[in-house]
Amino acid sequence: MNQPILELRHIRAGYGAIEVMHDISFAIEPGQVVALLGPNGAGKSTTIKVVSGLLRPSSGQLVVAGRDVTGASADALSRAGVCTIPEGRGIFPNLTVRENLVMATFSGRSLEQIEHDAYRRFPRLAERRTQLAGTMSGGEQQMLSLARALAVDPAVLLIDELSMGLAPKIVSELYEQVARIASEGVSILVVEQFARTVLGVADWAIVMSHGVVQVSGPADEIGEEALTSAYLGDRSDP
Amino acid sequence: MQELLTFTIIGLSTGAIYAVVASGLVVTYTTSGIFNLAHGATGMLAAFTYWQLRFDWDLPAPIALFLTLFVLAPLFGILTERVVMRGLQGTTEVVRLSVTVALFAFMIGLANWIWPSDSSREAFLKFFEGNSVAIGGINVSWHRIITFGCAILVAIVLRIVLYKTRMGVAMRAVVDDRSLTELNGARPDRVSMFAWAISASLAALAGILLAGEQQLNIEPLVLLVINAYAAAIIGRLKNLPLTFFGAALLGLLDAYYLAYSDSSWFPQSFFGFSLSGVRASIPTIILFVALLARPQSRLRAGVTRFREESRVPQWSTAILGAVTLITITIGISGMLTRANTLLLLNGFTFAIVALSLVPLTGYAGQMSLAPLTFAGLGAIAMAKLPGNGNLLTFVAAILIVAVVGAIVALPALRLTGIYLALSTAAFAVLVSKLVFNQRQTFQTGNIAVPVLDVPFVDIGSPRSRLILASVAFSILGLLVVSVRRSRLGRRFIALKDSPAAAATLGMNLTRTKVIAFAMSAGIGACAGALAGDKVSPQHYDFTQSLPVVLLAVVGGVGTVGGAFFGGILLGGNSILASVVPSLKNLAKVLPGTIGITLGRNPNGAALQTAESFRSLQSRWGLISFAGLGAIVIWALTAADVLSHWSFFVTGVVWFLAVTPNLAAIVDSTHRTRRNSTILYLAAGLVLCGGVDWSTALDVTGQRLVAVVILVAVIGLGAQRMIENEPRVHKDSPDVLGLDRSFTGEEIEQAERELRVSI
Repeated sequence: MNQPILELRHIRAGYGAIEVMHDISFAIEPGQVVALLGPNGAGKSTTIKVVSGLLRPSSGQLVVAGRDVTGASADALSRAGVCTIPEGRGIFPNLTVRENLVMATFSGRSLEQIEHDAYRRFPRLAERRTQLAGTMSGGEQQMLSLARALAVDPAVLLIDELSMGLAPKIVSELYEQVARIASEGVSILVVEQFARTVLGVADWAIVMSHGVVQVSGPADEIGEEALTSAYLGDRSDP
Repeated sequence: MQELLTFTIIGLSTGAIYAVVASGLVVTYTTSGIFNLAHGATGMLAAFTYWQLRFDWDLPAPIALFLTLFVLAPLFGILTERVVMRGLQGTTEVVRLSVTVALFAFMIGLANWIWPSDSSREAFLKFFEGNSVAIGGINVSWHRIITFGCAILVAIVLRIVLYKTRMGVAMRAVVDDRSLTELNGARPDRVSMFAWAISASLAALAGILLAGEQQLNIEPLVLLVINAYAAAIIGRLKNLPLTFFGAALLGLLDAYYLAYSDSSWFPQSFFGFSLSGVRASIPTIILFVALLARPQSRLRAGVTRFREESRVPQWSTAILGAVTLITITIGISGMLTRANTLLLLNGFTFAIVALSLVPLTGYAGQMSLAPLTFAGLGAIAMAKLPGNGNLLTFVAAILIVAVVGAIVALPALRLTGIYLALSTAAFAVLVSKLVFNQRQTFQTGNIAVPVLDVPFVDIGSPRSRLILASVAFSILGLLVVSVRRSRLGRRFIALKDSPAAAATLGMNLTRTKVIAFAMSAGIGACAGALAGDKVSPQHYDFTQSLPVVLLAVVGGVGTVGGAFFGGILLGGNSILASVVPSLKNLAKVLPGTIGITLGRNPNGAALQTAESFRSLQSRWGLISFAGLGAIVIWALTAADVLSHWSFFVTGVVWFLAVTPNLAAIVDSTHRTRRNSTILYLAAGLVLCGGVDWSTALDVTGQRLVAVVILVAVIGLGAQRMIENEPRVHKDSPDVLGLDRSFTGEEIEQAERELRVSI
């Protein structure tokens, strides 16, 4: 039987008394790219926080490769192969590019391997090896965070709002890289507010709003209608 | 020339010690964002430990050094991080700083306890005492050369650890983004622990080196850290080479001052002011200058969410509190001995000083470490101004000090957070070194502050002064409450919550800060002006200010009640120490120990206590019942049924243990549970009233401890009995195999099962 690489079972989570995710369940099959779409405040980033271990769900189960990992800490999950590129820039601005890659060695791979992989894919990073990461352009910074994600060879890759604050041209370049990663068989959960940039890459799409899954289906079958109603509110809503 | 060279070497070796201390400060600040005021105290404790091992127990130097530097100090650092600092994430700068103040107080208390200063002890020898080498015609002791060597070694090792090891990279990564560090698979907690261990080791090294030069004395060793602050600030708290440069500069300035201040061309006084305190204040002056030379911190947009809460105080509660306070003070003042009256009076003074922090620190979020300095200035103004203590003098004294407060605030305006706190500390040290030590201010070591001359009332006896103090606290407290409820109070809160948002709304940040400082200085001055007795400058020293700040934060600096609680706690602590000599040592470490727990409950104790009374809100029947009970207890005492101590015990238990549970008892639907709780409380009260505590326990301290235990047992016991819903504890879900990374085999197996091929 084909076991999902990542599965959320009836997850509820929130901040203090406020529940943001109401009974969310979905699964990602090995090698699948799943896009998690939805308007602001839908609970997308909270979902990423729960899956990456930064936020402990109040109930439900988080299963990675068949193991129940609910409540595991972020660093443990990371070493177990769940790699996250958080919202904004997933880099340390006051460390050099090379030192950022040193941080990736906590995954267990050697620095040589990581550097080799990262510079092969993004030659521009090799030029900027000793530069402070925070002084690079936004696109280069995201390249660095993608490079880290690639180099650690994750089982699941979580990407939160890769496009934030970047020019459309750079965004589409970055998504070409995401597609290339996907073609190597890495399972990816990608969160986006701008649906069209990501639907070309994804196999499966889940549309969330108000903390519940509204629609879920193959990416090319998610119609304009479903997206519109999720973003702008259902017309049948009172 | 020879002299210059000699003093250059002395200066550089002192600078080397400063450099070692300062680099430790920088390591913890850059990795945990906590500016450790207790860093010098760690070094002091380590120096004492080394002395104990080396000179008292006669261990060989290498073993003693190894134990101190590489075993005990790192363990202490790890313990500090684990027990104290870890709970501080998401708290304000004020709380974080207060916790290090607590640690500071705790360590000084501990050192005083273990190594009392009166015992004649073995001398603390330098390394290779007596040996020296001649360099360029000057004898340099081996100890100095070792000191240089250590500083250079520390510089090299730190450079390698921070930049060439993965742990070092992770240490710097944690500062940038803690959760991202976690997402990378590093364990931030472990990283912080490592940083604290290194830092404690560095403090220990510096402490031992310095003790060799200056002998074992708690105070200079602790205040050593002020010099290190200056060096660290020159290095902007992150740049190690600049920090080392600052340290060398400080050492040299100090040595040259020592060398040339006796020369004929050197001014000994300045417009009649003696300059004798200047040498001791060189580091402070440099700290001040370095702080002011810092580039202005930019306003950061966005709201910072803190775990602290702030509520708008209600007039009804405030007035009720003020009336209750005055009534209780009048009620019990007749029963106290003269000595206890004076100690309680002291507590009230501290409470007013703590109150001065409420608008400034609690509302406006500006940290000040100098509240007692303003009280000292108030005392001087009251004593020196003509009028011998009439109301006009009192008002004038307050106004003058408020203006001083505003002037002090001006240069400090561009600073925020830790930098502001340090500049107020620098101000406090400067005032005690340069103003309080002048012959014009405290001629014979103390001055007599006249008693406030209130029309139609004769104030002279300690009892009437105590009542006056309670009235003064109540009036000032109501004033602070009225400020909080006004437009100005909202400005203060806005300044704390989001300076950027406040500025974009057109609020003048500068003016608001200046007003907050002036108000705080004015209230502080009241405490000094009301001293009504002989006071000495030691009362208003910087080191005395720290416990006040600490206990104000412990009590809850956001509320008037918190300030009162903190002040009385500090006063009560000295009562404890004076009446029970056996508990004296406990009293030394008590404020620190209480403060260390702040991370767990950053709102302060007063708010927590108030929270337990919340159930009574607008249930006037229950409130009258509570008041009636108090009157009954008082009447029984007046009729000589209860002794004074039994009155005290019963009263405290009634208020703190019975009253908070009243609402739950009335609301309970479970009949047997309700009856058994009532029975339990009644039995408790009978026990408190029935036992004559003045004969049952013969020491005041034991009685005080008994009160605390009784309140806890009766109050919490009843709470547990009446609680309707049994608490559910959820077990943490199991984390299968995730405490370590997967092995290659497991990954292969997983991949086979998942049919993923790479």
